[in-house]
Amino acid sequence: MKKRDFLKNIGLSSLGLAVVSQDALAGEMLDGPKPKPKAAAAPTTTPKYNYGRTKDEMARDAKLLAEKFYTDHEMKTITVLSDIIIPADKFSGSASQAGVPAFIEFITKDKPEFKTPMRGGLRWLDSTAIKRFGKDFVACTAKEQINIVDDIAYPEQAKKEFSQGVNFFTLMRNLTASGFYSSEMGHKDMDYQGNRPNNWEGVPDDVLKQYGLSYS
Amino acid sequence: MLDFQIKEQSTEYDVVIIGSGAGGGMAAYELTKAGAKVCVLEAGQYYDPADPKYITQLKAPWESPRRGASSTRAFGDFDAAYGGWDIDGEPYTTTKGTQFHWFRSRMLGGRTNHWGRISLRFGPDDFKRKSIDGLGDDWPIGYDDIKPYYDYVDKLIGVFGTNEGMHNNPDGYFLPPPKQRLHELMLQRSNKKLGIPTIPSRLSILTKPVNKERGQCFYCSQCSRACQAYADFSSSSVLMIPAMKTGNCHLITYAMAREVLTDPTTGLATGVSYVDTQTMTEKVVKGKVVILAASAGETARLLLNSKSARFPNGLANSSGIVGRYINDSTGASRAGIIPALFDRKRYNEDGVGGMHVYTPWWLDNKKLDFPRGYHIEYGGGMGMPAYGFGWGIEGINEKYPTREGIKKAAGGYGASLKEDYRRFYGAYIHMAGRGEPVPDYNNYCEIDPNVVDKYGIPVLRFNYNWSDYEIKQAKHMQDTFEQIIHEIGGVPLGGKPDAKSNYGLAEPGKIIHEVGTARMGNDPKTSVLNSNCQAHDVKNLFVADAAPFVSQGDKNATWTILALSARTSNYIIEQKKKGSL
Repeated sequence: MKKRDFLKNIGLSSLGLAVVSQDALAGEMLDGPKPKPKAAAAPTTTPKYNYGRTKDEMARDAKLLAEKFYTDHEMKTITVLSDIIIPADKFSGSASQAGVPAFIEFITKDKPEFKTPMRGGLRWLDSTAIKRFGKDFVACTAKEQINIVDDIAYPEQAKKEFSQGVNFFTLMRNLTASGFYSSEMGHKDMDYQGNRPNNWEGVPDDVLKQYGLSYS
Repeated sequence: MLDFQIKEQSTEYDVVIIGSGAGGGMAAYELTKAGAKVCVLEAGQYYDPADPKYITQLKAPWESPRRGASSTRAFGDFDAAYGGWDIDGEPYTTTKGTQFHWFRSRMLGGRTNHWGRISLRFGPDDFKRKSIDGLGDDWPIGYDDIKPYYDYVDKLIGVFGTNEGMHNNPDGYFLPPPKQRLHELMLQRSNKKLGIPTIPSRLSILTKPVNKERGQCFYCSQCSRACQAYADFSSSSVLMIPAMKTGNCHLITYAMAREVLTDPTTGLATGVSYVDTQTMTEKVVKGKVVILAASAGETARLLLNSKSARFPNGLANSSGIVGRYINDSTGASRAGIIPALFDRKRYNEDGVGGMHVYTPWWLDNKKLDFPRGYHIEYGGGMGMPAYGFGWGIEGINEKYPTREGIKKAAGGYGASLKEDYRRFYGAYIHMAGRGEPVPDYNNYCEIDPNVVDKYGIPVLRFNYNWSDYEIKQAKHMQDTFEQIIHEIGGVPLGGKPDAKSNYGLAEPGKIIHEVGTARMGNDPKTSVLNSNCQAHDVKNLFVADAAPFVSQGDKNATWTILALSARTSNYIIEQKKKGSL
């Protein structure tokens, strides 16, 4: 689509709908030198994520996405833990249903400072489970899992001997919340109503009344 | 001469402009409209906020694998700044024991694509600080000299706000401001009791259309992502693209300026040498006039790197002042939580990108222990949940019982934790002071004798320290923030920043308002540019970014960069007509 046409199409109704096909964008370099015919003939793949990335960012994301950090066992543990932190309730689904484990896998590669605290924390959890119940965390029953989680989920009340576990669980809680509430399911759970063209006309009248405020 | 092949273009442009941000964009716009043949060098890539391949606006966090985290962009994955404080292969250094952080955007429009759109005129006092209290220096111009250009910028670009008749926060040509959000109404009510004025903010966002090329704000709150409807001010969409449409503007992207070239006989600027960063070749573009507008930092770097037998200290630097007096806004901030906003009713509260109300400086420094003022910016509301949402809830949820009066332990998990996230959503406010420092000769940037960037261009070394003036101002900000949070019925979060942290005073450069490296003045011995932003030493060399600023007021720099650039451009046009350039 030509830029002029795009501009013409911009209006409250069409905004956000004016999108060129993902295929057309595939492999397109951002304002780089025009690909030589040879390069253009090379097979291109549609990037999984395509939201205004620069060339360097696309390359970095592709590299991270191709890497695998957590073992299958670690991913299982992350899945169980994230669903303990954010289970399904009457308003929304669980963390794993919202794709939180995959988010945690990516963000750990994206922010390497999480690598050791997460890997080590997962090991701490398994070693605690083995000491207490003779099996690793995911092999424990739900009741046994909660028995351990209760020791590390409440920073102000936890016994000192669990302080490393508390730190790990706090990081898991924060990453899980980040992943869940930044998902489509999380937005619906929070009843976030923005990120769309609209006409802001001020705080609704009933809310103004509730807080004893007015515009006059 | 450089000992490798340099590709020289045969065209001689009327004007060569380095940089396409606010200053370069405005100069390109004015000069091409007047018919001049202009070449603009931009170090970064092309960028158009309306081109789908660049658009991040209205994308949801789950469209990003990192959900908007700031791993590759300092202000998050969707922010429209390609670059940041650290750019691979483009280092800068600091002298031992000092700090400076230099934010650069490598793209058409530069940093204007993501800025806060806070568009404040300097007031009459801001140009005459030395006359008022003996500190710093007066500008060689006053408010009346620049007022017509502020008026012009208001009308050309568009800014919302209200005329309040305040002496040092001048009235303008304002579009209607958006209505306040809930926490903003609450702040106005409580700040009134404290005698702290809280008025509609002044942002360059179109609450009404100003022309046929640009749309109207649709209240997505995402100006930091640059607007595909061109409803906010970005130099790319509002100045550079229209300048290119005149047919008089030749934009060269991926052009990293190395030096301003001069004629050894006349001492006049003849053009600019630059590195084509895509092919890593050296090129030259020739021009009858050269305008530096690549940011205060880059302007100093270019001048200091443009050494020749005739200009051994760097170009336009017979005064030795180039790089001196660099100053950034002061900044300090605090957040609070407002229990009255727990479990609040949901509605779309995005609004415009940024605050709908702000506090201009309201006190008399003669009665205070620091000489310059600050304004306060406010944040809060039911913003879009993204990376970082709910982070640190273990420090919050034990402190506030539920509606049913149930007191919970800190942290936790499960359905009860989900309730907490919902309860606290939209109940936070935060505020940030942005203040005026006193420019200091001993704060400077210079060329590092030992370090070059990946293009082989010597880099800047910064030497910057805050003084007691700024530290005491930050202390006052922190005291004020606590008053404001308490008066609104909130609880400040975290500890109050104390003397150990300079009261939370941001490290120099972090506010991204660096100005003053080639200051204007009437005396060529103590200034680099004259009152028209023309180099004292080189009459066809001008500066159109924030380098000419003698001081920066407690205002953000952009509106003054735009007004000064328009004024300088008009001066160039007049001088051309007279035949004096």
